[in-house]
Amino acid sequence: MTRHVIAAVDELPPGTRKFLTIDERPIAVFNIKGEFFGLLNRCPHQGAALCEGPLIGLAQSSDPGEIEYTRLGEIIRCPWHGWEFDIRTGQSYCDPKRFRTKAYPVNVEPGASVVKGPYVAETIAVSVESDYVVVDL
Amino acid sequence: MTSPIAGGVDCDLHPAVPHLTSLLPYLNDYWRDQVTTRGMTDLVSQSYPANSPIASRPDWRPAKGKPGSRLEDLQAQAVDRFGVRYGICNPLYGVQMVFSEDMADAFCRALNDWLVKEWLDRDVRLRGSIVIPVQSVEKSVAEIERCARDTRFVQVLMLVMGDMPLGKRAYWPIYAAAERLGLPIGIHAGSNYHNPPTSVGWGSYHIEDYVAQAQAFQTQLTSLIVEGVFARHPNLKMVMLESGFTWLPSYLWRLHKFWRGIRMETPWVDRAPLEIVRSNIRFSLQPIDAPPDPATLNRLFEHMQSDELLLFSTDYPHWQFDGDAVLPEGMSADLVRKIMVDNPHATYSRLSQPAETMP
Amino acid sequence: MNVQFRDRAEPASPVAVKTAIADCDIHPARATKTELYPYLAKRWHEHLETYDKHQYQGMMEGPPYPKAQPNASRRDAYPPEGGPQGSSLSFMQAQHLDPNNVRLGVLNPLATGQGIRNHDLSAAICSAINDWQIEKWTSKDRRLKGSVVVGNEDGLTAAREIRKRAGDRNFVQVLLLSRNVEPLGQRRYWPIYEAAEEAGLPIGVHAFGFGGNPITASGWPSFYIEEMVGHSQCQQTALASIVLEGVFERHKKLKMVMIEAGFGWAPSLAWRLDKCWQRLKSEVPHVKRPPSEYIGEHVYWTTQPMEDPERRDHLIDVIEWVGWDKLLFATDYPHWDYDDPSRVLPAGVSDANREAFYLNNALKLYGLA
Repeated sequence: MTRHVIAAVDELPPGTRKFLTIDERPIAVFNIKGEFFGLLNRCPHQGAALCEGPLIGLAQSSDPGEIEYTRLGEIIRCPWHGWEFDIRTGQSYCDPKRFRTKAYPVNVEPGASVVKGPYVAETIAVSVESDYVVVDL
Repeated sequence: MTSPIAGGVDCDLHPAVPHLTSLLPYLNDYWRDQVTTRGMTDLVSQSYPANSPIASRPDWRPAKGKPGSRLEDLQAQAVDRFGVRYGICNPLYGVQMVFSEDMADAFCRALNDWLVKEWLDRDVRLRGSIVIPVQSVEKSVAEIERCARDTRFVQVLMLVMGDMPLGKRAYWPIYAAAERLGLPIGIHAGSNYHNPPTSVGWGSYHIEDYVAQAQAFQTQLTSLIVEGVFARHPNLKMVMLESGFTWLPSYLWRLHKFWRGIRMETPWVDRAPLEIVRSNIRFSLQPIDAPPDPATLNRLFEHMQSDELLLFSTDYPHWQFDGDAVLPEGMSADLVRKIMVDNPHATYSRLSQPAETMP
Repeated sequence: MNVQFRDRAEPASPVAVKTAIADCDIHPARATKTELYPYLAKRWHEHLETYDKHQYQGMMEGPPYPKAQPNASRRDAYPPEGGPQGSSLSFMQAQHLDPNNVRLGVLNPLATGQGIRNHDLSAAICSAINDWQIEKWTSKDRRLKGSVVVGNEDGLTAAREIRKRAGDRNFVQVLLLSRNVEPLGQRRYWPIYEAAEEAGLPIGVHAFGFGGNPITASGWPSFYIEEMVGHSQCQQTALASIVLEGVFERHKKLKMVMIEAGFGWAPSLAWRLDKCWQRLKSEVPHVKRPPSEYIGEHVYWTTQPMEDPERRDHLIDVIEWVGWDKLLFATDYPHWDYDDPSRVLPAGVSDANREAFYLNNALKLYGLA
């Protein structure tokens, strides 16, 4: 693993992102409310430039019409098909989380519903050292 | 030819109301006089013109009167003929077309009472679907509760083309009542003609209206799934009646693909559409819109990824098959049993209860 | 027989598309509101600025069902020089036509004069759009071919526009939309079919449009996803109307392309039409042969949005039922539900079928082989 200094911390204020290529790999680094995260800029679905998408929150619902909207600015929507990925972990939300405690009818196969999406965007390790944003690749 | 087995359930029979006057004994004085004074004659939906070939198989068409209007015919030609243990009656009388909710309510109550007295009471094998005045959700719930006390009513009947998409929340008290009472919702082909009978306007022909039923089932299934009806009511079953089913696999592929990308619009859809269909949606067998070769139909069954979806039906007296060829060729004995017996019983839990009227 | 619903889809083998492809659904856009003015009579400039367009739906800005992305397009498709996605030829070349080796790109302009209730305005804008296609696109990049956009609700005027453009090699088809005031087989549209057949141009029927009818046979649904899935049902019904009104019986040389509504629905619809026709043909004596025969001889489908089943062999079944020679590859560039050419077909397809799918069917249909 090699460490790459990619920017001074004040060059990347909260809510912004920086695109760069390291070793021919397209990457974006995000400042989410003061914390830094990196993602490979390639959607695992069809290869779109994932990191150019808008940042939104996570919409969840336990009842039709009711929306619980959290984690503002932490979910990126792929600019092509709109699949949602958690910036922190790369986890996709295109197959939603099961959070209801109600029992399901017995003929639903156990494990047939995914808790999280089958796709995970590749995360890049990012840290801050002495006011610099550092990527480990 | 694949032979049916005895003891099955025919999930789509159409006993016919001979004429509006047949309902007069079941109307109160006011409505009886309204009908006669205002010269109302009959409620025949354009979905089934009486003499259309689809409306009746030639050998089931009586010399006089509407096809399916005589109990003896329905018994001989359908229930006895295919040796079923139960036959579920879905009356297709055009009561949904009227615009007044009060009139609709009166007619629905009369129609349901007529079904009990003239059909269910006369043949222990027959079961019924509660026809509801969807013009009023409140009145619909009341009618469901009234009729459900008679356990021979095993389903609530709605039409596939109505005033609003069926997933709309305004209808949900109907679904809540049905789920609470253990009744599936049967959604049957047909329109109340309050909207154009296709999604692109009014066509010219009866054949166009009939072909378009399949597309209407597709948009309704989308509505029911994405509005979250089954998130709110996970135990509710819905049966698509006379819908065709060979469109189902490719339809689900499309819905699944879009749902993944636009999840945030309907975040309460908490299971993949295919899963929801497998657990909550069923389809009556007839009509089978497929080429006659068994190989193609068997491939389609594989695409459907479940052998629990189909429920046996003749669609009597509609003309969907000839002779006794109600089952497609090349079906395994296991699948025949599933379609004729297991799947209907799993869907209609009331079938195994004794027939009684609760207080 | 219950098959576990697998939560991991098999990825299509990403075959790099080195061979040339045809893209049969590209959406060029205007960079500015006034870009059409050079092609429009002055009276219409003032008219548009005062009254704007009156369509068969209520919203004057944006669509009734908000899209999934701005302009329903990929966010990475904004041209660097500004303007909406799809409005820059040079950026379209750089982002799409060149890297994807597009040898033929069929332009289907949307948000044009179609579906405007003022039929004179509709005709004027449509004609302007056709001039604009030549000036800005097809004369500058020979890979691109235009569609003759016509005022879809005024059959006679539309036929005049088709006749005006007949023989012009800038155009390869006539463009209609799937949702109109009446189903597309109705006689108000017959002059369009007559003129198109005369001109030797196929008719492309693209998803969308508003004709004043609720977009389902049971009223207006709530959500955008319902509209998107619903294009499949609208095209099925439009095609059924065309067949059952005898359009193909009367116009034996006419070809049609169903655009942007998928193709997986086609076999089941054809089987249902045949079955119903067997029963009810006495109602429609002008339909002299089984509907599936007309469909097999006259109809093509663009592939996007490509159906995406868990089991890729199921997709191959459906393609075989539709016919490898009936599919025309399309990306729908720059829309968001774009299909990437390298990802769309599973591995194991023969070279002949692959080439037919990606290029040869389109070249043959559009007379460019």
